[in-house]
Amino acid sequence: MTEHADHHHHHHHEDHSELSETELRVRALETILTEKGYVDPAALDLLIETYETKVGPRNGARVVARAWADPAFRARLLADATPAIAELGYAGRQGEHIVALENTPRLHNMVVCTLCSCYPWPVLGLPPVWYKSAPYRSKAVKDPRGVLRDFGFELPDGTDIRVWDSTAEIRYLVLPMRPAGTEDWSEQRLTELVTRDSMIGTGLPKRLDEAS
Amino acid sequence: MDGAHDMGGVAWSGPVQPEPNEPVFHAPWERRAFAITLAMAMPGGWNIDMSRFAREDRPPEDYLAKSYYQIWIAGLERLMLESGLIGSEEIAAGKSLHPAKPVARTLTPEAVGAMLHRGGPTEREPTRPSPFAAGQRVRAKNIHPPTHTRLPQYVRGRVGVIERVLGCHVFPDSNASGAGENPQWLYTVTFDGRELWGEASEPGLRVSVDAWEPYLERE
Repeated sequence: MTEHADHHHHHHHEDHSELSETELRVRALETILTEKGYVDPAALDLLIETYETKVGPRNGARVVARAWADPAFRARLLADATPAIAELGYAGRQGEHIVALENTPRLHNMVVCTLCSCYPWPVLGLPPVWYKSAPYRSKAVKDPRGVLRDFGFELPDGTDIRVWDSTAEIRYLVLPMRPAGTEDWSEQRLTELVTRDSMIGTGLPKRLDEAS
Repeated sequence: MDGAHDMGGVAWSGPVQPEPNEPVFHAPWERRAFAITLAMAMPGGWNIDMSRFAREDRPPEDYLAKSYYQIWIAGLERLMLESGLIGSEEIAAGKSLHPAKPVARTLTPEAVGAMLHRGGPTEREPTRPSPFAAGQRVRAKNIHPPTHTRLPQYVRGRVGVIERVLGCHVFPDSNASGAGENPQWLYTVTFDGRELWGEASEPGLRVSVDAWEPYLERE
């Protein structure tokens, strides 16, 4: 539970001195909107809880692991990702129209939104700060290998980079390559190798020795 | 509009800084800012394109000085003030000073799950066939509307290839101004790195944007 309950009861001076102008502003807005009946604090709590605990990159990892383990699912995912992803129960806001992008030894895909922060919420959750930041939004379309170096890795020279700028309501999910040596792994175990960044194209799946 | 939000290819920023084990929100107020922004779209009645324009339509120094959720809050305040849902004197006072404006709907806890699951699909039934086909060469128009647009500056005037035909989608340039959805054909248009950045471009680089028909002309 939640801060909104304290909003109306903790107006001591020491609180104010510790609160930034922005914190006070947001508290004031929530107070006004609640008093006017425009928002229900319980609905706000549920929105926050949803994206802090239920919707996140574990969802996308399940999609990727299923695609690695099940060739028929992989084919459906690459042909039309939105219904394929909905088979696992993930759909809706900021993922209404999803396209899956397959990495190969010759082609590495990277996703950006240069204009704001478009990101496939149902499979990856809310975007990290770096994805929304000026450095990523400016550099990804011009110097993607430099971006990858910022993330600490290099692609082989023979691999071309394809950058997808999410300027409309199409949301992109990268399907990374299945690591070698996992042929006998279960789908469940494969999910442990799928990192969030590997589904954006700024990272790779975990090495086998990094998986728990 | 040509604003600081349109960052593709801009050279003034440093390295990307990943944050290991990053939390979803970095301060309690970010949680509340996120949630009130999502919840207020229902009583407010504005659409996502109006929200984006309210965030980006500000002086570059202001856009760049604000953090991500500070921009969200600034955009939300603007939409609420413009629609008369709240007054600036109420923000200053930190409390409601006037009776609420009647609103059609508010977001109840019971409706949250369905609202998120439904989302806001933007594809619409086409009323005419697509004027472009996959493989066709097109030029992104060199346009600079002062209003909301989703054509980034770094592709304007550049020649690319239609890679995918994505169907007919709500046109943000119309929807953001309240002029209606005005659906238009949408395409993934792919540009060679050298077309965008010159001969010094990374070898093998290709970059795509999703562009509506009014942004494109036959090459």
